[in-house]
Order: sequence, then structure tokens, then C-alpha cells
Amino acid sequence: MTADTPAVELRGIDKRFGSTHANRAVDLTVRRGSIHGLIGENGAGKSTLMSVLYGFYAADAGTVRVGGRVLPPGDSEAAIAAGLAMVHQHFMLIDEMTVLENVMLGVEGGFLLRSHIRQARERIATLGRNYGLSVDADARVEHLPIGARQRVEIVRALYRGAETLILDEPTGVLTPTEATDLFRVLAALRAQGRTVLLVTHKLREIMAITDRVSVMRAGATVAERDTAKTSPEELGELMIGRRLATGLPRGDTAAGGTALSVRNLVVREGGVDRVRGVTFDVREGEIVGVAGVSGNGQSELLEAVAGMRPRDGDVLVDGSPLPALDPAAARAAGLGHVPEDRLRTGLLAPFAARESVILGHSDDRAWCRGPLLDWRGIERHSAALMVDYDVRPPVPKLRAAGFSGGNQQKLILGREVEQAPRVLLVGQPTRGVDIGGIDAIHRRLLDLRAAGCAILLVSVELDEILRLSDRVLVMSDGRITGETTPARADERQLGLMMSGIAA
Amino acid sequence: MRRALPRWADLILLPLLNLALALLLSGVVVLMTGANPLVAAAALARGAFGDAEAWGYTLYYATDMLFAGLAVAVAFHAGLFNIGVEGQAYLGGLGAALVALNGGGLPVWVAVPLAVGAAALFGAAWAAIPGLLQARRGSHVVITTIMFNFIAYALMTYLIAGPLLAPGQMSPETRGFPAIALPQIGGGTPLNVAFVLALLCAAGVWLLLWHTPAGYRLRAVGAAPRAAVYAGMVPARIIVWSMLLSGALAGGIACNEVLGAQHKLFIGFTGGYGFTGIAVALMGRNHPAGILPAAILFGALYQGGAEMAFDIPTISGDLVVAIQGLVILTTGAAPFLLRPLLTRLVSRSA
Repeated sequence: MTADTPAVELRGIDKRFGSTHANRAVDLTVRRGSIHGLIGENGAGKSTLMSVLYGFYAADAGTVRVGGRVLPPGDSEAAIAAGLAMVHQHFMLIDEMTVLENVMLGVEGGFLLRSHIRQARERIATLGRNYGLSVDADARVEHLPIGARQRVEIVRALYRGAETLILDEPTGVLTPTEATDLFRVLAALRAQGRTVLLVTHKLREIMAITDRVSVMRAGATVAERDTAKTSPEELGELMIGRRLATGLPRGDTAAGGTALSVRNLVVREGGVDRVRGVTFDVREGEIVGVAGVSGNGQSELLEAVAGMRPRDGDVLVDGSPLPALDPAAARAAGLGHVPEDRLRTGLLAPFAARESVILGHSDDRAWCRGPLLDWRGIERHSAALMVDYDVRPPVPKLRAAGFSGGNQQKLILGREVEQAPRVLLVGQPTRGVDIGGIDAIHRRLLDLRAAGCAILLVSVELDEILRLSDRVLVMSDGRITGETTPARADERQLGLMMSGIAA
Repeated sequence: MRRALPRWADLILLPLLNLALALLLSGVVVLMTGANPLVAAAALARGAFGDAEAWGYTLYYATDMLFAGLAVAVAFHAGLFNIGVEGQAYLGGLGAALVALNGGGLPVWVAVPLAVGAAALFGAAWAAIPGLLQARRGSHVVITTIMFNFIAYALMTYLIAGPLLAPGQMSPETRGFPAIALPQIGGGTPLNVAFVLALLCAAGVWLLLWHTPAGYRLRAVGAAPRAAVYAGMVPARIIVWSMLLSGALAGGIACNEVLGAQHKLFIGFTGGYGFTGIAVALMGRNHPAGILPAAILFGALYQGGAEMAFDIPTISGDLVVAIQGLVILTTGAAPFLLRPLLTRLVSRSA
């Protein structure tokens, strides 16, 4: 192994999950002692690639080399032994134990703990001094702030002799100050010759800390650049890709009066502001698309408007305010919702599809005969709805979980549209849906728009937003960082707005 | 790709195989005691189903199992594991006894329904507290219901051995109240109207859970809590209601025992049926149509087992408990033992 042997070298990694081609012949080389960024939109294949590298998955084809040696596929113990360590987005710590105990866990080093504890304490202190990783070894993890827990994860990785650290979206849960601290630690690691692979979708972080950056899109690495020789604009464009032509007929219905108003909406979760004061309107017959890299508050926005999350600020439908945390009231006011997580939120997955068809309006007298549910009527209605919306197979008795993603989505969309909503919230309508299904879903949404419904569309697929929306709002870090229309928008400008650099 | 088991095999063949396995294992245990397993099995079957009297006792025990199984199942469908059926039944006995002890002046047709209602009400009230704690504070209902069993034991021991103790009585029990009783329907056996009541409850639970909007909500909260919130349901409220219902069904055990058979309240009358109910519900797949045969099976084991121990001197009462334990083990845990094997066999033949 020479000094210029790459720390990590992936060659021709290919991985499929059923019909999804998650990684297509991916090459990635990470220089020793560097911070290497891996960016891409949600679903671009970053996580799959890291799981292959770390041995969680065996690739269908391709080789993984760490420090010049080929790793056996799908063997995470070998990956760890080769000096890889992964710091997950969701920490793998035992809350009830102290920092010291967490760090030692699994590498206790002997039958009796006593002498080892002393050594461990010393090494934690040394690591802390060398890398600016200050942690109190005796604090219980549950009492630590998020940023400190992340430092514990890193200390633990280093304690086990990790040469190369993989950080998966490490700043997603951090406050800006904590993120700055983290970057200082990463720089110190690099200075001491360790290698960092930073997986993120935040352009700003890539620009701030990395030496080189690889861009993934649709399962493939589409570019690799020296960070110093690229710009956020270029990376944004590379990440998003070329825009599709908008090929759907859309009658130019003039938008009517305001149907949905959102005023100063704030959503807090775990002490972090996910949505920071968002205000906008959606008018009748208008589709407003919310674009942005996944994880910038769009999901929280959608659920807060639907009444599923605590919120500050006002949500009005046709001028009357909706009570917070009351999805039933929102529905009664004419608000439909196609949720992002269709399997766990949009459907009663373990039950027959017909049970999902009445979800959200099961108290409707139309479904009852006397005090009992009229399952025959529901079954007839479900079968008709499934035929109408091309849900295949149109069999209401089948378990909802058994349908493909696209068919589940058509079922949910059909259910919500049949209620003739004034306002429809739509989250990731075509995630995991095949091309034919995408087209059908898009047509339905445009039909609904033509019928005068106000539609708020959240999607990480920029093509989809540009294809359907009359107006586009861009969210970054919980704020609306820009507004544009599909006609005016270009990739560079959108990329900037999405990275929160320009408004 | 994991292959699914056909419905018929899953619902009928698998439980029968599990039962057969339990009986086979029991046979080995019996053999080890020196008795002939076939003779023992015959004694058990005769004891449980041999004549009208055997049937009467079997169904009398099955009544307790049915109430307990339904109580566990209702909570289960709401995503809750109610281990406190035993304590809820115990408190139900208190409700029934309070009415029966003080209702002497009332006409029987008023007092008996009132006592049944009180049993359900007290059972529900005892389940309500863990339910509320779960709904409001997120205290896990498994833990709180277990603890409430202990509180129920302590409270009932105090009451029965103290304020409610019959005057001049040495054993810890209340005065008898044979006048306010559920009518017997099993000749000389303790089988009483509570059995009919349990059957009605089974039908009622089935109707409620699968054929009413309220039951739909309950199952939605249990199966997909996020989807329930999305749909505008209030899980906290549904959790409390389902625990109330579960506790009320537990009160049925008190009706069968206190009002139907014993006609007095004494320490430990619940006899562990509340816990057996967990196994009954498990074996019956939490569906009344499965719980009913499972309850009869456990009733038969109870009754037939006692007869077997009586007939065959080398088999003690403890062995009967062990055999029941084996049935619980195979029906409760062994679906995971036999299922893969059966799935492979069935899919190969298909």
C-alpha cells in the first residue's frame, strides 16, 4: 500500500431492488486523507452505494476496495476490520449508558472491565484533544444534546481504529453552530491523515468542507469535480439534470379566488425548527409546487397544514381558520391529502383495500346501513373506484400492502379526489411509481385543477413540479427561498434557490 | 421471496398441527410418569366430552376462557396488550358481589342484570386507569396492567378478609347470595346463563370490530396509528374506549364464577383464567370465530385434565398444568416453529 493508494475505491457497482435500478455501474475513488463529498437528490442512490461500501448489501456487480484490498461483498465485519466506520443519520447509541460505556461496547477487551476502563477513559480524552472532540466520558447519552451525541459516534468510530469515516447526512439533525463544530472536527481528522466520506444533499456543506465531490443522479455518478474548481450553480445543475419537456395538455384555466392561505407557519420538532415562518396562498384552479431538496421542511409543512403536526401560525381554507392538530376538521373544511408516506399514513396496509377506500370518511352515512357498515356497498364503490382510477388488480378484497406503489397511490388519489376537495395537499405523488402510473397520476391532478381545486404539490422530483405547477415555491432550510414559474425557471436559478444561496 | 401460507392451512391446519404436537409432547411426559399415554388421552377425552355432565363442566370452564379471550382480543386489535384481564375480572367480582349482597330487596329480574352490569362496570373501571395512562402519558399498558393485577389482589384480599367477610366465617369469603344468581342451564353442573352471555359477547365483538364505524376506527388505530391520525381519528380516545370494553368483557368471568357458579365472593376466584385468555386469544387469532373453539379446547383441557388426574393415580394435578402449558407453548410460540415447514410442504404440493 503506497501513499497514493486510494482509501476507498468502488468500481462498477451495480445494484437492483426488484424493478428499481438503484446503482448503475458506479465508480467512486476517495483519496487518502481527504474529505470527499457525495451529493445527489433523494433517491439518487447515495444510501444504497454507502450500504454496498459498508457491506450491508452485496452488490450485483462490481468491486469494493478499501486501502487497496478487495472486500468480500456483503460483509460488514470485513468492512469494519478494513478501517471503515459509518456515522448514521440516526445515532446507534444506547441512551441509558454513559459515553464511556457506549464507546467501549463491543470492544471491552477482557473479562474484567476495570483496567480497560482506565485505558478507555484516557484514549477518549486523547481523541478529544487531538480532534476537538470534547465529550464528557461519564455523561449519560440521553442527557447530551444532539451535536454531542454525534461526537460520541465519531469518538467511538475512531476508538475502534477507523481510518475512513462515512457520514450520512450528518447535519440533518444539527443546529448551525453544531454543524460548524462538526466541520472543525472533520478538518482536524483530515489534518491527521484520516479520510472522510460526506454524504449530503446540501450544496453549502460540500462547498464549505470537501476537497473533491462526486455527483450522483438516477443511480449513476454523473460527475466528479475538485471542489475548488466548481460552483454551487454547476453542482446544482448536475444534481438536478436536464429538465423534461412539459408534455401534458393543460387548459389555461384562470385561477380564481384564494382557497388556501398559510400564514407564518412554524413547525418545531425535537427542538429544531423544521419550518421557519412560511406564508403563501393557493388559489382555485391553481397548482402550487413546493420544490426543494428532501429534508428542508416540505414534509413537515404538508403535515402541519393537514393538521397532523403541531404548528404555530394560521392555515385558512376559504378564509376560515382551521384548528391545529385536527385532521378531521381540516377534512370537513374540504381539505384532501395525499400523504407522502403512502404505506403507513395513506393506507391501512394490513387490511383489505376496501378498508382503505373509506379511510378518512368512515363515518359517512353513505357507508352505513343502520348502525353497521355496509361492506357490500363499500365493496361496490371500491371496485368502481379501482376501475376508474386504473388500480390493478381492481379487487377490493386484496390486502392494500400487496399492491404496487403506483397502484396504492392511484387508490389513495382516487379516494381523496372522489371527496371533491376544495384544497388538495399532495406529497411525493409519484415516488416509486412507474412511467405509466406517473402519467395517469399527473393527468388526474390536472383534471382536478381544471375543476377548480386548489392543489399544493410537494415533490423532490423537479421535473414533476415544473410539469404540473402554475407557480413554484422553493424551500430550503425551512424557509421559502424563492418563487418562480415553470416558464421562467432555469436549472441554475432553481439550484441556487434550493441550496438556499440566493433568493 | 417469502411464500405465504394458503388461508385454509393457516387458519385450520396449522392450529390442529400445533395441538397435535402438544398432545404428542404431553404423551411423552405421561409416558415418563409410567402411565400409558393412550389410556390417559382416553381419560381426558372422556372427562371432557364423555357425557352430558362432562360437557356441562367443559362449557362452564370455556365460558371463562371465552370472556378472557375476547377481552384480550379487543385490546389487541387496538394495538394494546392487556395482561390485566385477571385483575379486571377480580374487580368485576367485587361489583357483582356488592350488588348481590345489598340488592336483597330488589326483584330478581332487576338485581341480576344489575349485578351483571356492575361486574362489567367494575372490570371496565379497573382497565380504564391503565388505558388513560397509556393514552395520556404513554405509559405502556403491558406494564401498568400487570401492576394493576397486583393492586387488585391486594385490594380484594383486604376487602374479602376484612369489610366483606361473612360474620362468623373462618375462610376468606363473603356471605353467600344464592338468590341473586344467573340461572343454571347444565343440569347438575355449574354451567349457567353466563355461557349464553359469552356467546352473545363473541357475536357482539365480531359485529363491533368488523361491521361498525367504531370498530373500524379501533382496528385502524391498532394496525396503522399514523394512518388513523391522518384520517382524523383520535387514538388516545380510542385506546381508552378499547380498554374499557376489554375490562368489561373481563367482568364476564366474574359473572360466570360469582353469579353463575359460586354464589359468593372469595379470594382468588379468578383462578388464572385471565392469563389463560391470552393463550386463548393467541390461538384463536384474536377473532371470535377462532376464540370460541380455542376457549372450548382450553375448557376441555381443564375439565378433562382434572378427570384424568382423578382416574390415573400416577398423573397428578401438576402434570395437568404442565400439559396445558405445552398446549400454550405450541399454540402460542410454535406457529413460528411449524409455519416454515408447513409453508414449504404446501407450496411444493401446489
